[in-house]
Amino acid sequence: MAVTVIVLARSRNLFAVVVLGSLYSFLMATVLVALDAVDVAMTEASVGAGISTVLLLGALYLCKSEEAKPLHRPWLPLVVASACGLVLVYGTIGLPAFSDPAAPIHAHVVPRYLNDALRETGVPNVVTAVLASYRGYDTLGETTVVFTAGAGVIALLRRRRDRKEQKK
Amino acid sequence: MNVAGHFSYAVTIFLMVAGLFIVIARGNLIKKLVGLGIFQTSVYMLYIAPGKLIGGTAPIVSEAFRVYSNPLPHVLILTAIVVGVATLALGLALVVRIRETYGGIEEDEILAADRQEDEASPS
Amino acid sequence: MKHDLVLRVVAKVFLPFILLFALYVQFHGDFGPGGGFQAGVIIAAAIIFYALIYGLENARRVVPEWLVERMMAAGVLVYAGVGVAGLLLGGNYLDYFVLDLDPVHGQHRGIFWVEVGVAITVSGVMLKIFYMFADRGTPEQ
Repeated sequence: MAVTVIVLARSRNLFAVVVLGSLYSFLMATVLVALDAVDVAMTEASVGAGISTVLLLGALYLCKSEEAKPLHRPWLPLVVASACGLVLVYGTIGLPAFSDPAAPIHAHVVPRYLNDALRETGVPNVVTAVLASYRGYDTLGETTVVFTAGAGVIALLRRRRDRKEQKK
Repeated sequence: MNVAGHFSYAVTIFLMVAGLFIVIARGNLIKKLVGLGIFQTSVYMLYIAPGKLIGGTAPIVSEAFRVYSNPLPHVLILTAIVVGVATLALGLALVVRIRETYGGIEEDEILAADRQEDEASPS
Repeated sequence: MKHDLVLRVVAKVFLPFILLFALYVQFHGDFGPGGGFQAGVIIAAAIIFYALIYGLENARRVVPEWLVERMMAAGVLVYAGVGVAGLLLGGNYLDYFVLDLDPVHGQHRGIFWVEVGVAITVSGVMLKIFYMFADRGTPEQ
């Protein structure tokens, strides 16, 4: 995945960038399956590698350009990004190690979800039970966000014919 | 602190830094959006990696397994992925409109065109 | 692409299976990975696939614009409606256990309808966005 990202950053052909992004999403979905996150992997594969790629290709078709050569070497952004990275490394030193059963993430509310979800909701898939029942408000908000995004795209791209003649 | 235990954090941080670099260093708007997507996926990994228990399984309750990976980050990230694609769609719609108005999608071209317009008609 | 015979035949063979798989993911999301979002995206992907092979006009005839716009709003309304039903039947907003005499069955019913609402909205929005992007590129005839 690191190789994909580096090639993506250096590539100037936008079509290659989009395809590499899709490849990266698939690799990410595979990693997520290895991390036991099957629902998330399915969503990431379908949304990240599927819909995102379709939308990017659609936008690319409408924009029709290639990335220009950068005027100056990007030293300052590289320094800034690396500095952020070092700060993050310092921050994660104190975090629990990978697969530590005593980590606080496993302690507070999750045992209740894992033990009681089947009994209280009758649904074995704990992720669906939590998403739709225990944390149903969040999913309502998320559905509204998706709807708002659709409404926003309609508002932005609607008046097509008369606008295209006024373009400079 | 052991290095092997923190390897997942190292990968996450590398992807985060790479995504951040693409967003701030490249001028092309579509590439910036792809970099933002990479940044978002690194955040997904940041959340899900600590939830995994070696020897556990996916959080679907069944008789055959006793140890499950943590389902709570999965729920949060599921929402995050869908919201991420929603913002990507809106961002792309904006890029299409910018392209139609300014004729290009390079950041410096757009800023230069804006500056010219400000000098031409100071209102 | 509509003149390429292999693509057309393969698309015609695959599309029902894709839609069936989307329904499977939607309703089996209680017992395995899946749920509303994935199913909605797969439905949208199936119709986008059809639009890519057979052309935007044919896709517009199968799934017309007004249907897609109604779907976008209908999903959110279904979700909110389940919440209101919880209110009307005596519990708080979005309480599922009042939806049936047996509270666990009520939960099951609530989760089912909520996931259906999510799938309808997600598929509608993705499809509408694709239609808008694809439409923008075609010049006025």
